[in-house]
Amino acid sequence: MSEPSIIAIHDLYKTYRLGDVEVPALRGVGLEVARGEFLAVIGPSGSGKSTLFHVLGGLTPPTAGRIVIHGKDLAHMTEAERTKLRREEVGFVFQKYNLLPTLTAHDNISIARYIAGKPLETDAQFADVLDLLGIRHRLHHKPRAMSGGEQQRVAIARAIVNHPSILLADEPTGNLDTKNSTTVLGVLQDLNQRLGQTILMITHNPEAAAYAHRIVQMRDGRVVS
Amino acid sequence: MINKLVIENLRHRPVRTLLSVLAIGVEVTMMLTLVGLSRGMLEDSARRARGVGADIWVRPPGSSAISFSSAPMPEGILRFFEKQPHVVLASGSVIHPIGGVSTVTGLEIDKFNQMSGGFNYRSGGPFEHPDDIIVDERYAAQHKLRAGDKVRLMNRGWRVSGVVEPGKLARLIVPLKTLQDLTGNTGKLTQVYLKLDDPKRTEDVIAALKEKLPDYQIYSIEEFTSLFSVENVPGLRAFIGVIVVLSVVVGFLVVFLSLYTAVLERTREIGILKALGATPGFVLTVLMRETALLALVGTALGILLTYGTRWLIMTLVPASLTQMIVPDWWPIAGAIALAGALLGASYPGWKAARQDAIEALSYE
Repeated sequence: MSEPSIIAIHDLYKTYRLGDVEVPALRGVGLEVARGEFLAVIGPSGSGKSTLFHVLGGLTPPTAGRIVIHGKDLAHMTEAERTKLRREEVGFVFQKYNLLPTLTAHDNISIARYIAGKPLETDAQFADVLDLLGIRHRLHHKPRAMSGGEQQRVAIARAIVNHPSILLADEPTGNLDTKNSTTVLGVLQDLNQRLGQTILMITHNPEAAAYAHRIVQMRDGRVVS
Repeated sequence: MINKLVIENLRHRPVRTLLSVLAIGVEVTMMLTLVGLSRGMLEDSARRARGVGADIWVRPPGSSAISFSSAPMPEGILRFFEKQPHVVLASGSVIHPIGGVSTVTGLEIDKFNQMSGGFNYRSGGPFEHPDDIIVDERYAAQHKLRAGDKVRLMNRGWRVSGVVEPGKLARLIVPLKTLQDLTGNTGKLTQVYLKLDDPKRTEDVIAALKEKLPDYQIYSIEEFTSLFSVENVPGLRAFIGVIVVLSVVVGFLVVFLSLYTAVLERTREIGILKALGATPGFVLTVLMRETALLALVGTALGILLTYGTRWLIMTLVPASLTQMIVPDWWPIAGAIALAGALLGASYPGWKAARQDAIEALSYE
């Protein structure tokens, strides 16, 4: 854990406005994540975990504070710059897989390359990743023909195909049975160990959190431990 | 890759895609059929005028070249024309409208035969009685008539004496005298046809006639048939314009509704694309390309459907309507359909492009 921080968050605030009501979701979050770290974020519903991920992923701007990813400060980014950040620095894995239902697994992965402006052909290392994920033989199937575990592994492949600085996994095993959960968590651990992929994972499941190097707990919009 | 996404999106919702293509196809067919009908009927009229074999066409003062008004000329004017230099034959007719664009034409059949070379009878023959009628094949087909059959027109019965090949002046021909008396035009003519000894003298003869009959409408056959155009039919261009505008509105509404629901259906997919780093422009491009493809396929379908409408018209009402296929209007109709579709896609596209990624990803 002696690597320099790839994520540095200081006194981060995010307040949503619902009509005339202001809803504070993050209230002064501070967090440092080292390059190559596998971090689990746990906490009750409404504690701000998902909002933290949305801000980290550039899906929404912070209200105040400083948040730096791979040397880029998100606090003053325009929408276009945050879109670029999502293309280049961040990979998402969602609880509901979120694959495009009209495309095959292969094309779901390719479209991430296309959007990032990269050649559609992947390198040999990625072929190994597909082997590691165990989905190489399922690449020409559409999501509806795949199990939840397979879909989630395709989603992981899509998230890392552009070699992002950080992989944000939001309840990646939330919709999976125990066997598939174990497989997916094993894959995330492998990616972290073999490729040095920095991973932040939201989970409610202590067993899932145990796969991480470090666990941080959030409550009421703050990191409490 | 983006084209693959577009095609897969369209394939993924086949009913919606099919309905959109069909609606755009009908829009294109509406335009092409209307233009094809306008041109077809005018061209058919011009072809039948050329079939008369006349070099000069004379209509009474104050008449329009292609109207069906029966503003009459005295029958004695034929003798005047026949005395003019280079005129070898003068024949006249009475034209009486019987509803819609249909007319009955009264002819002196012997003179008309001399001028035109005669009718080509498919069955039967020339008039034998005052209440005989000659019909062309199209009218006979539409009304299931054969030589010898009885037909009721203008509140009286007629015997079909012959069925002739179409293309010579009229579809319904009766003896001149009968029609003159029946329509209160005894001794009068609606139009006169002149045959010259040398067609090259047409312009000189017309100039001479115009000096003597300054108020009459006197045309060479080329000039007369050139008047059968959309521009010369009062209100036709405006009518086509109205149909085109209606077509655009239909295309706009269809694509608007189709894409509006598509954007709602695909809210989560739009969120996924945004999470992957897709720009608003990328999302808009996907929807616009989908729309353009729908318009393209719809246009192709619309063009094919015009062959269907032409077949229907030729089968059901060959005498009343004539539809031409108008390839020069294919790109115009396609462009209009595309413009309407892109206009219809603009708001849903804008809405999709501005979709909040977080809200979209949480959309159920």
